[in-house]
Amino acid sequence: MDIEGKRNIWKEYQKEIADDHYFYVRSCVRQNFFPGAETVFLRILRDLLNKDIFENPSHTSCSGICYHSDIIPFETTMTVIARQFSLMTDAGYKNFVTSCITSFGLYSEVMETWRHFPEKKDQAREFLRKATGRDFEVPVNVAHASDIIFKFRKEIAAKAKYRLINRETGKPLRVVEHIGCHYSKMFPEKGIGGAEYPYVLIGMIEEWGGEVVDYPERRHCCGFGFRQYLVRANRGLSLSCSKKKFDSMEPYHPELILTNCPGCPMFLDRWQYVMSEMEGKTYGPDGEAIPVFTYEELAGLVLGYDPWDIGLQVHQVPVEPLLRKMGIPFDPEKKFLGPGGKFMGEPQLPANFICK
Amino acid sequence: MGKLYERLMQDVRFQEGLKACIHCGTCTAICPAAEFYVYDPRQIVDILQTQDDRQIEELLKSETIWYCGECMSCVTRCPRGNAPGLIIIALRSLSQEMGYFTESEKGRQQLALKRTVGQWMLDYGYCLYAPLISAKQHPEQGPVWEWEQKHLGDVMDRLGANLNRPGPGVLRRIPPESLEEIRRIFEVTGGLDRFDKIEKFSRIKALEMGLEIGEGTDSEYFARIYLGE
Ligand code: SF4
Ligand code: SF4
Repeated sequence: MDIEGKRNIWKEYQKEIADDHYFYVRSCVRQNFFPGAETVFLRILRDLLNKDIFENPSHTSCSGICYHSDIIPFETTMTVIARQFSLMTDAGYKNFVTSCITSFGLYSEVMETWRHFPEKKDQAREFLRKATGRDFEVPVNVAHASDIIFKFRKEIAAKAKYRLINRETGKPLRVVEHIGCHYSKMFPEKGIGGAEYPYVLIGMIEEWGGEVVDYPERRHCCGFGFRQYLVRANRGLSLSCSKKKFDSMEPYHPELILTNCPGCPMFLDRWQYVMSEMEGKTYGPDGEAIPVFTYEELAGLVLGYDPWDIGLQVHQVPVEPLLRKMGIPFDPEKKFLGPGGKFMGEPQLPANFICK
Repeated sequence: MGKLYERLMQDVRFQEGLKACIHCGTCTAICPAAEFYVYDPRQIVDILQTQDDRQIEELLKSETIWYCGECMSCVTRCPRGNAPGLIIIALRSLSQEMGYFTESEKGRQQLALKRTVGQWMLDYGYCLYAPLISAKQHPEQGPVWEWEQKHLGDVMDRLGANLNRPGPGVLRRIPPESLEEIRRIFEVTGGLDRFDKIEKFSRIKALEMGLEIGEGTDSEYFARIYLGE
């Protein structure tokens, strides 16, 4: 990778990220599919970095999935977002952190719309007042949760127990990074590193010892496409986008994939299962599938948290080969234990997945 | 300038999304949907620039406007600062307002989206809600999701969630007064009105197609649009 040119581009896309006192809003996709990731994010911020991060139980989904499924007007979404801001204002916070990329894109879009069309902001304020009696301030700082982990990547590296290095060979792990489309494709200046060469995940990979792998379809969408996945008849589009990415990255032998959107890791994980069932094809080393991580999970892993505490058992692609490679100890017997050590049975390993 | 074009011009997303297109085709080249479907965002922008209502009406009734995945990849690359992805959102809104969406197979799917993610947002405060994402409707989620569904409460507890309970945390129960605020927001801002329109026009179509439409997700019409016609 021609790193010099990219470093020049990265210099242009610097972004202010607040240092402390965050108002946190969750992601519906992440809560459903990677609950452990949000748990470990808060644990890292509160216990390890001693940050103040507040969650109001009354916040909701941002309505972004309804909005991008086109079933609600922009005014509805703007007012739901105004309500989230109102909860932040009530709690005395100014720094807004969102776990979701769709939300991050939408918060950015709404705030930009309000800047260009101040009458739309007045309208949202009036709608919110009429519907709920609430008022709101716009946040001073809006960050995606991956921006926060990026900001503290060096502190995390300093406390890390493990690095993104193959214990046996001493070589850095080959990592593919995948950025959610709505992180910076609409507003490049709102993402660390911009839209063409976003730096947010690269910064973590480099800091934690891995090697970033470039490949032709690096910026291609994972294929979520909202209605293109949510309606079963359309899922072929979603799958074909992921397949295009995997075919493109395969010759570069990636050992793991790191993502910042909550949806992408789910699709990149699940579509590998589907391709293995449909075509008997896997894309990782030695016939394995490629493990896909969220940045919270990866931060948790290098910090030495138990893989089953951060939720790696709910991935479809088995993570054990990678844990062994990194020298991370784990107890296979505990993988499927529930609260209080209760055994919950085991999901079947997909027929074409190899897990040594 | 026709009436439909005028209505599009009232939409801020249309105003932001369509400046002046030079038909370079960059949007189509980068578009993931254009690789999968016979779909050409450049052509859509071209049609709109004619401001011709007859062609716009045809577009609003067509399959074409439903192929986009709203990834916004085109926004980054357009050399003229257009946003075909935003234009699509404006077109889809108008297609539903006019009741044209039921004229296409892909457009008819709006009812399925309204009755799933739309209803979940109103009922639970989440656009996606694990207890309702059945393994049967989601075979692609694989054996791990089947297992999670069987042990959902325990899996969520194990991972520090707070499924369907009061207080903060993953998938907590959102207080009823907050859900009432969301419902009121939908009412005041036209969200419920949009839902009613989707239902109304879908009912007319279902009748025309001779399919029972019901209220939920287990009717003949729902199955037809959700699984493919
Ligand atoms: S990229 Fe922009 S200018 Fe080029 S065809 Fe598409 S909308 Fe028109
Ligand atoms: S937003 Fe729509 S038109 Fe634009 S690149 Fe994505 S799928 Fe294509």
